[in-house]
Amino acid sequence: MIGLALALGALLGFAALKFKVEGDPLIARIDAILPQTQCGQCGYPGCKPYATAIAKGEADINQCPPGGDAGVHALADLLGVEYKPLNAEHGAPKPKAVAFIDEEVCIGCTLCIQACPVDAILGAAKHMHTIIASECTGCELCVAPCPVDCITMEPIAETPDNWKWKYPTIPIKSVMSLK
Amino acid sequence: MNSLVNLTKVFKFHGGVHPPENKAQSTQLPIGQLPLPEKIVLPLRQHVGNIPKIKVQVGDKVLKGQLLAEAEGTVSAAIHATTSGTIVAIEDAIIPHPSGLPDRCITIKPDGKDEWIARQPQDWRNTDCNTLIASLRSSGIVGFGGATFPTQIKLRVGCKSEIHTLVVNAAECEPYITCDDMLMRERANEIMKGIEVTQRLLGAEKVLIGIEDNKPEAIASMQAATANTSIQVVVVPTLYPSGDARRLVHLVLGTEIPYDKRSTDVGLQVFNVATVLALYRFFELGEPALSRIVTVTGNVQKPQNFEVRFGTPLPHLIKAAGGAKPDTTHYIMGGPMMGFDLPDENVPITKAANCIIAASPNLFAPPPTPMPCIRCARCADACPVNLQPQELYWFAKSDNFEKANDYKLFDCIECGACSYVCPSNIPLVQYYRYAKSEIIALDKAREAADLARERNEFRLARIEREKQERAAKHAERAAAGKEEAAKRALEAEKSPALEANKNEASSPATSGVDDVKKVAIAAAIERAKAAKSAAAAIGEAPKNIANTDESVKKEIAEIDARRQAAGIEKPAVDAEKQAKIAAAIERAKAAKAVAEAAKTAETKEE
Repeated sequence: MIGLALALGALLGFAALKFKVEGDPLIARIDAILPQTQCGQCGYPGCKPYATAIAKGEADINQCPPGGDAGVHALADLLGVEYKPLNAEHGAPKPKAVAFIDEEVCIGCTLCIQACPVDAILGAAKHMHTIIASECTGCELCVAPCPVDCITMEPIAETPDNWKWKYPTIPIKSVMSLK
Repeated sequence: MNSLVNLTKVFKFHGGVHPPENKAQSTQLPIGQLPLPEKIVLPLRQHVGNIPKIKVQVGDKVLKGQLLAEAEGTVSAAIHATTSGTIVAIEDAIIPHPSGLPDRCITIKPDGKDEWIARQPQDWRNTDCNTLIASLRSSGIVGFGGATFPTQIKLRVGCKSEIHTLVVNAAECEPYITCDDMLMRERANEIMKGIEVTQRLLGAEKVLIGIEDNKPEAIASMQAATANTSIQVVVVPTLYPSGDARRLVHLVLGTEIPYDKRSTDVGLQVFNVATVLALYRFFELGEPALSRIVTVTGNVQKPQNFEVRFGTPLPHLIKAAGGAKPDTTHYIMGGPMMGFDLPDENVPITKAANCIIAASPNLFAPPPTPMPCIRCARCADACPVNLQPQELYWFAKSDNFEKANDYKLFDCIECGACSYVCPSNIPLVQYYRYAKSEIIALDKAREAADLARERNEFRLARIEREKQERAAKHAERAAAGKEEAAKRALEAEKSPALEANKNEASSPATSGVDDVKKVAIAAAIERAKAAKSAAAAIGEAPKNIANTDESVKKEIAEIDARRQAAGIEKPAVDAEKQAKIAAAIERAKAAKAVAEAAKTAETKEE
């Protein structure tokens, strides 16, 4: 009996070393659900810190407006907690947009470059800046620091490229007109 | 000839439907030619893949066949001018796309001459086939069956002997469409040459032509053309969707291509009959893809097939077919099963436009109201891909995209057989299309999020690295500053020592010793020296005259001599007193130096 216990104990000890998981997989899984806008609307300095806070139980799952309702549902499913509607304190979901710099007005102060969490702004001191639209997450963090208010958020236009088939709907007919 | 056909065994695929064919209307007249339209509008988006790069400007004069936009990236196709004229606009216009959204188009105003650019036919029989396939990039040829996949991509696998069989798709299974039928009836010889070219490009030994049995004239025409060749015409039963490449391969060869493999993986390649003909025209005549056969049918006065140059406005084509009947509501591009409603009448004909159907409430009754799914599974019986359409419907309807993916939603060919048989009239394909585009959008969003995460992590790492680099630089500078301070303190100690005793040689300057202590030692030495000198001064010349001029010294000597002569002795006490004073001065100087050295050392420390 003792021999068996020792053998199993050794096996468990070996397994603990052999299959050791680096880092906290829960944080990574929560982070994978978050939209990575890095906008800080949740009250944390980025998606990873928010994911860490959720994993520790310090933050609620409904603080991410860019993730939307679908994001809250996914987090609720992952963590096995009850779904709750988005907390309005942290803002409302908006259609996806990218920042746009009015290059005529830009004075080249580099403040927006320092604010951008994903290095999506290109420019140098006293030279015009521009947004790399494909890298912009639409976090709006560059809008506030601009001293000349030359940054606007432009909603992404629908093109044949990103157009989606709509959910089939049944047209409602007026009963009066059928008579 | 017929015996040969009968010998060819035909295999049956799962499911399929047989809707009313409606093909007879448009086969009464031969393929018609159109007069030049008033303008040609060429959308850049006419194929699957990247948008080609524009090579012309507004105002340029172009010739028929001139390259307007070249293929960009791997999967892309070129666009050519379909007549000679002037480019009057490069702007967004409505294109034939289910979205109804405008996209970039090149508009040409024809000059009426229809003048060709110098055509460059290739000696395709004796040219290296890799060169031939590379040259296809500028041909603008895409799959003319309707999928519009750039042909050079499908041929890239060629030149190796892996492809053993070429299947020419002439099934044309969708109702109303007769463009391939008419092409085979009228241009069988050109098709045969096209097959020869394609066979050379692929290195295929065997060639099969699959035609549905509802096209007897086309079958007869192709059989006549293939007589005395090894090319086989395989007559397949009329069953929608036999024209799908995988279904046709199954029909003519009995081979089922695995869902995750391409036909090339099993040594097969499938080309539409019109694509094959376009290949012949490109290599033999040097003509890029400029036109196609379009079936104009439905609610028009004279349904007919026309050879239409790309970019021809739809109203021009409808006019040629005798015009639309008054109760026409809209136009459908493609067939009634897989086509889509055109967003506007004023769209140009593109490479994908195999058929234009004028729709009226009589021809296509508005869809009846969908009823709940009763789980009859008729859709599953009809599905040619062996999917479970009813399950896919539930998952798509409830936005359960993960499950829909598990049930192989993306293997659905959107043929519409399930919607056709559904007794509840559920628009099943619309649900699948919705779910597919949502999944594609989600995948794109996930990719973008991964990129953003990577960039954010890199930025944070960079900021951390810069912080450390700055800290390291600070530390380095601080260390350098300390060394400098020590050096300066040493110099400061040296200089008062020199002041204290100018005759003294420079003191041994060794660093690292406490400066104040050193100065104190030096001062003590100084004091001792002063005392010594004071002692030495007794009975000697007073120190205050040591540095005086010789004349002054002479004077002093004279005075002394007079004094001696007068018998006045030099007062010894005086001399002693003087020496004492000198010693006191020396002491005071040394003390001052000590105080000063201590002070400088203190400021350096700060």
